Amino acid sequence: MTSMREVFVDTVEDVMRHDPRVAVVLAEISRDAFTPNERVVNVGIREQAMVGVGAGLALSGLRPVVHTYAPFLVERPFEQVKLDFGHQDLGGVLVSIGGSYDDPVWGRTHQAPGDVALFDTLPGWTVRVPGHPDEVGPIVRDALERDDRVYIRLSLRQNAAPHPVVEGFTEVRRGRQGVVVAVGPMLDTVLEATRDADVTVLYATTVRPFDAAGLQAAVRRADRADVLLVEPYLEGTSAHLAAEALADVPHRLRSLGVRRDSELRAYGTAEDHDSAHDLDVLGVAAAVRRMFGHPAAAA
Amino acid sequence: MAVKDKSGYADIPALFRRMTGDEKHEWAAASTLDVLWVLYDRVLDVSPDRVDDPDRDRFLLSKGHGPMAYYAVLAAKGYIDPSTLDTWTAWDSPLGQHPDRVLVNGVEISSGSLGHGLPIAVGTALGLRLQGRGARTFVLVGDAELDEGSNHEAIALAGRLGLDRLVTVVVDNASGTHGWPGGVAKRFEVEGWQTSTVDGRDHEALHEAFTQDHPGRPLVVVAEIGKGERR
Repeated sequence: MTSMREVFVDTVEDVMRHDPRVAVVLAEISRDAFTPNERVVNVGIREQAMVGVGAGLALSGLRPVVHTYAPFLVERPFEQVKLDFGHQDLGGVLVSIGGSYDDPVWGRTHQAPGDVALFDTLPGWTVRVPGHPDEVGPIVRDALERDDRVYIRLSLRQNAAPHPVVEGFTEVRRGRQGVVVAVGPMLDTVLEATRDADVTVLYATTVRPFDAAGLQAAVRRADRADVLLVEPYLEGTSAHLAAEALADVPHRLRSLGVRRDSELRAYGTAEDHDSAHDLDVLGVAAAVRRMFGHPAAAA
Repeated sequence: MAVKDKSGYADIPALFRRMTGDEKHEWAAASTLDVLWVLYDRVLDVSPDRVDDPDRDRFLLSKGHGPMAYYAVLAAKGYIDPSTLDTWTAWDSPLGQHPDRVLVNGVEISSGSLGHGLPIAVGTALGLRLQGRGARTFVLVGDAELDEGSNHEAIALAGRLGLDRLVTVVVDNASGTHGWPGGVAKRFEVEGWQTSTVDGRDHEALHEAFTQDHPGRPLVVVAEIGKGERR
């Protein structure tokens, strides 16, 4: 199985063959994944310079792709992301790997569950979270064709099958008791956890802009305005946007994601961490039962 | 590069006073003024009607604090109307205490937070080279600004990439608390830059330093400003 990162690299290299605007900036991570090319620049372990150089490439008229492991792309050089791209009003494509905890044996330093929440403090970013390697190609091609700011969050976690890539939310299942929004790699877990529940499941790969109209329409079709957000990053990251979308509707909203209340000092596997954050099927199913009821509970 | 209504250096004090009021000598104390004047008057291949020309020379003011000299030079050279200086820092003025490239014609980067301009300049110079353009990229930093570690990432990188169309001007008024034993230029020299340290008030010396050949490597010009006239 080809990984999201491999699809990302292959897609960028394919586009570079005919689009001279595209240039890549790396900081050691993935340096061997790219074929040597004067437009692929490895700056060494210099993440502040990596983002600044990306912005400079944009100033010179190129379309920069800036890529490294999530904490070193978003958190360490966050002021560069804020000022060198945002405040300068420049476009660029930032692509992370590692997700929230793809490789938990590396510990907290290599985990970035807060990345999307950080982008929420900055205007003008599109945020895309593919759930399958086959979704990465269209997302990357679209980002390279555009001129604005795009963050693409790649992960080793993925669903069994891809969905067509669209801007808004995709209705994967329709039900009456409420709406569950599954972001990127959370879809399969959500589908399994809601198997016995009569709920609508919406699938999101584009999380910013947030598809408020899509959520409103799904809520209108259901009997109750009850919404459960299931995100693979910090819990409640999109809660403020869901609440805003439903501001005129009496509703209930609950959010699942990586816990905020304590730092999890544990290694193990990504599945262990899913379990610790109640992001495995058991955890999500329990939240679904509490929110939407369950045939067995109702009997 | 014909520029209509080009003002001369003699106009600078009056332009300065439109921002600072009647304090007579404030303009003369601005540490960046002579560097800015020589660049815009005699070095940069850019003009108000070419601010979007992809082949123009770039000037990036990284040390954005205390931008009056910059605004005065931009006004003297026709990038902004001198009357704009009267609105300085007002609610709807394009001119703030830190320059904003989105608001001011001819301003290449928005600055204010230190340590951002040099890495951006490295990317700009690299991007121009990748596109086969001969335009030069100048970036102005302060000696205290070099405290920020991001500069040292960029200094090493620019040296290794051999960016021979990149010029960093360090306006050195010895304002850094912990200083640079052995001199600012040494930090660049060990990373492969050509270096030149000159009197930051001497227009001829600045011009000569800015226009020297530096094949295969970037150039740093350290413009020293005497203590006691800090700005």
